[in-house]
Amino acid sequence: MMFTVETLFVEIRGLQRQDLDRWITNAWVRPDGEPGRYLFREIDVARIRLIMELREHLEIEEPALPTVLSLLDQLYDMRRRLHGLNAALAETVPPEIREKLFEKLGNGLV
Amino acid sequence: MAEDPYKILGVAKDASADDIRKAYRKLAKKHHPDLNPGNKAAEEQFKAVSAANELLSDGEKRARYDRGEIDESGAEKPPPRSYRHYAEGAPGQRYSYSAGGAGSGASGPDGFGADENFEDIFSTIFQNRGNGGTQPGRGRDAHYVLAAEFLDAINGGAKRLTLPDGQVLDVKIPAGTEDGDILRLRGRGSPGRNNGPAGDALIEIKVMPHKFYRRDGQDIRFELPVSVQEAVLGGKVTVPTPAGAVAMTIKPHSDSGVELRLRGRGVPAHGKLPAGDLYVKLRVVIGPVDAKLEDFLRDWKPETAFDPRREMEGDSK
Repeated sequence: MMFTVETLFVEIRGLQRQDLDRWITNAWVRPDGEPGRYLFREIDVARIRLIMELREHLEIEEPALPTVLSLLDQLYDMRRRLHGLNAALAETVPPEIREKLFEKLGNGLV
Repeated sequence: MAEDPYKILGVAKDASADDIRKAYRKLAKKHHPDLNPGNKAAEEQFKAVSAANELLSDGEKRARYDRGEIDESGAEKPPPRSYRHYAEGAPGQRYSYSAGGAGSGASGPDGFGADENFEDIFSTIFQNRGNGGTQPGRGRDAHYVLAAEFLDAINGGAKRLTLPDGQVLDVKIPAGTEDGDILRLRGRGSPGRNNGPAGDALIEIKVMPHKFYRRDGQDIRFELPVSVQEAVLGGKVTVPTPAGAVAMTIKPHSDSGVELRLRGRGVPAHGKLPAGDLYVKLRVVIGPVDAKLEDFLRDWKPETAFDPRREMEGDSK
């Protein structure tokens, strides 16, 4: 499901236009398309909500946001890779070796 | 999807209940079907205005709508999915750290992340595992455990180790080897990758216990049984040491528990360590008793009274 800027403001109540524009400029939010004709994917919508929650609920000021977002992006990169590794292990490694591996890792991957 | 009820009524988000009522009445009059017979658009507009008013005129519903708990039609909205739901899946690529942005920039200040891929991260894990790559790599070390006799470990010796693959290794056990010592046989481990050097064989020595010797660092201790006569009258006895039998003199009146030291008769010198000592603890053994001994002891009156349990007095009830 894709959102235009108009539907985005319906979907996310309380979102301010100038905030959104600034976040896009900073590349904190990266929609498809170009200025005036942006298209937002579901992950973009979820990310905008995340930024709003970080600001409003956790009271993280904008100057600190790049650090927080960068750490989150790195964390999710790593978790995606771990999921990928886990999936690759499930497909390629014989069950008895997988079991030994997980035992050794203390189930850190499952 | 229905439109924003505030927009339909043309009021601000923070409009008072009075403003909302006034706006509704004005629009209801304008679009009322009875005042616009046959006008389909007006009828739709009237329905929308009524629905918007129903939502916003009810303080509780309006508050829930403002919090996003219900939608324009008053229906419960499922809570939006968390960012994590997307970020951990394939869509998360969009905000991959190495894709730049979010303060990292396409070329981060420290350059970290931009070129890092999965293989880089896990390469250290798979190093020396003989999988893939064209670089020469050293073979893996092979680990073995070898049981050694106590005296072989003290004096040095040789032991043959048959590997799982049938290969035979003659292992030289150096003098003074301690339990848990690891011997390294260079190049006797797994073969290297792409003409790389072979790994080493690492052999952990497990020293078996001895019938009577006990190792204590560089020293060796054991108990030497002596007869009643040897203990009381003294004399020369033959003592087995790890390096062979030696003669030792027992002084007269040596009791059970007396410890004698044979200097340099413990673990032989090896490496930078000097030879240790052999500690011999006497243990008096009565042995077979005959009638003469019984008669002698029955008639024997010691010159000084002796209670061997005097030390224990007061310690038991």
